[in-house]
Amino acid sequence: MSSPSAVNSSVARRFEIDPLSAALGLVAIASLVFLPFIVVKTSRIASGVSRQLIDALPFGAALAVGTVLAVLAAFTAFTASVRLRLCAALAGLVLCALTVARAADALTPVGNRIVRISPGFGFWVLLIAFGLIATNALTRFRLAPSRRVLVLALAVALLYAAFAGGVFDALSIMREYAVNADRFAREARQHVLLVLASLAPAVIVGVPIGILCHRVPRVRGAILQTLNLIQTIPSIALFGILMVPLAAIAAAYPLAAELGVHGIGAAPAVIALFLYALLPVVANTSVGLGRVSPSTVEAARGMGMTNRQVLWQVEFALALPVILTGIRIVLVQNIGLVTIAALIGGGGFGTFVFQGIGQTAIDLVLLGAIPTVALAFSCAVVLDALVDTMMRTPP
Amino acid sequence: MIEIESLTKQYGATTVVDGVSMSIESGSLTVIVGTSGSGKSTLLRMINKLIEPTSGRVSIDGRDTATTPAYLLRRKIGYVIQGHGLFPHRTVAENIGTVPKLLGWERARVRARVDELLKIFQLDPQEYAGKFPYQLSGGQQQRVGVARALAAEPALLLMDEPFGALDPIIRAKAQDDLLEIQRRFGTTVVLVTHDMDEAFRLGSRVAVMDRGRVLQYDRPTLLLTHPSDPFVSRLTGTADRALRLLSLISAGEAAVPGGAAEATAAEGPTVQADTSLRDVLCDLLWRGAASAVVVNADGTPAGRLTVGGILAHGRPD
Repeated sequence: MSSPSAVNSSVARRFEIDPLSAALGLVAIASLVFLPFIVVKTSRIASGVSRQLIDALPFGAALAVGTVLAVLAAFTAFTASVRLRLCAALAGLVLCALTVARAADALTPVGNRIVRISPGFGFWVLLIAFGLIATNALTRFRLAPSRRVLVLALAVALLYAAFAGGVFDALSIMREYAVNADRFAREARQHVLLVLASLAPAVIVGVPIGILCHRVPRVRGAILQTLNLIQTIPSIALFGILMVPLAAIAAAYPLAAELGVHGIGAAPAVIALFLYALLPVVANTSVGLGRVSPSTVEAARGMGMTNRQVLWQVEFALALPVILTGIRIVLVQNIGLVTIAALIGGGGFGTFVFQGIGQTAIDLVLLGAIPTVALAFSCAVVLDALVDTMMRTPP
Repeated sequence: MIEIESLTKQYGATTVVDGVSMSIESGSLTVIVGTSGSGKSTLLRMINKLIEPTSGRVSIDGRDTATTPAYLLRRKIGYVIQGHGLFPHRTVAENIGTVPKLLGWERARVRARVDELLKIFQLDPQEYAGKFPYQLSGGQQQRVGVARALAAEPALLLMDEPFGALDPIIRAKAQDDLLEIQRRFGTTVVLVTHDMDEAFRLGSRVAVMDRGRVLQYDRPTLLLTHPSDPFVSRLTGTADRALRLLSLISAGEAAVPGGAAEATAAEGPTVQADTSLRDVLCDLLWRGAASAVVVNADGTPAGRLTVGGILAHGRPD
């Protein structure tokens, strides 16, 4: 039998609106009305002319789309049903994307490859607002880890299909992509390689150092403080610091130079990222091991496990979720930081970013920045799911 | 048979265990009792070499434990600690199978042994084998902890305050289970506790420790009737020592032959032979009866008991 108060609270919940979604929904409506939806430039580096949604499409279509988007935004703001809010936000996302693609198509004179049509500030605000409402609603469902990865895979597949199908081809970013398609694939591979080349050694070196910190508390403070200090060095400065010794090594040992060790390029970038990655790995390993209950370790020893068995089968196994959390931090952090590597010729998506800045071609900047963000986000979702799967016991 | 010879443990200038010598009979349940800091846990942990002694030696069945690598020695000795120490990331079955797996048993044999132990500890294998420790009650966790220690059929079981975290009712049940298992398998048990009642209830021999030394190592009755040291009588308590003494003697041992065959209600209640004299006395006081009839477990008469007869057992002789 349920108590009256339980009934009341469930009734109350049905009429409850989510304050975050309400705020985001209102922001979405405001941006529809006041912010430019699209920017038209006569050429790649010309300054653009902003257009409201109403001027971006034929009047009837613009009015219809604008009304639907406003209704969806208002609905997400005030509905109490998480399921409906999610559906409306997803519908809003898809409609925004299709509208901007359609507007780009409509505003591009046939055969003109010089004019550039890019999404305006209002579009981005709409996209972010609907995106946040959708992810916020998704987290309410507390999906199982495997389901979260499935949702991500679906979203990626859908986006891939849209890009492959040429839905967004008229947009300026895709124009930049079309010009740079070969380099894009190469820089993407380079970006991932740089991330992995710094992450793997960081794990291989960091985990044993973390174990050392746990076993020998005397060295713990010194090691963590050193790693903390490294974190505070700006990446550009670190590149500079590494440049001199690496150049010297390359000059002294031709073999090293052949293997790719130079004062600039990938080598200093990988080393710098490796150094930044050490702190989260070492700290989380040491914290994770420290959280294992002493009585569990005592029992393991008392039953005749060797020191190595105690370490791997008990301590490490129990600390694994925390260690993986550290690796997740490093992975996401490195995906972002690798962008800087382009400054010293390390390659990666950063190449487009810095080239775009140099040419004041914002579309080129976005061509580097958006995939970086998408990659970091996807990796975060996958690793979070992995950590949750590892947590076989409640925290 | 465990021989402990002038075993000493020092940490810097502090002597935690000070020249302890004692021998523990095979198949006995020996309790080491003392206040906290008396060195009782350290003494226990030196038996399975979780702590290396500063000097002295321990031999089990004639073999000096110093000659065996510690981890191999421990696989042959069951070990139970307070708060069970179960592996939170492993299922009940995996926990119980730990030592057999370390010893390289075949998987089928491990599984059969796990099922057997779960049944002995009244846990349905179907239901409990796949559960994780956090899904069990405190009493169940403790039982799994003991089952895990017994998995590889050790001849010796060391228990460090094994029931300390349990509430009184579950603790009494766990103590009964331990006595039952010890009778059934003939395991030699060495148990450390600070609880005098537990020591008297479980121990066939009790060692009283204080400041690293064993003050007295004797049968429980002798600790009460002939304490060797003022500390021993302080620890055992003087206020209710007569009743404690009665609780150590069973009705069967104290029964006087005769009169039982024609037991009637007028002669008082009928009591089982394994009931303690303390419980019989309480029963008689409660009923206002002067005597009781004692019967064996199979129903055959074992004799009678009078209040006077019982009281005579509550005096040091």
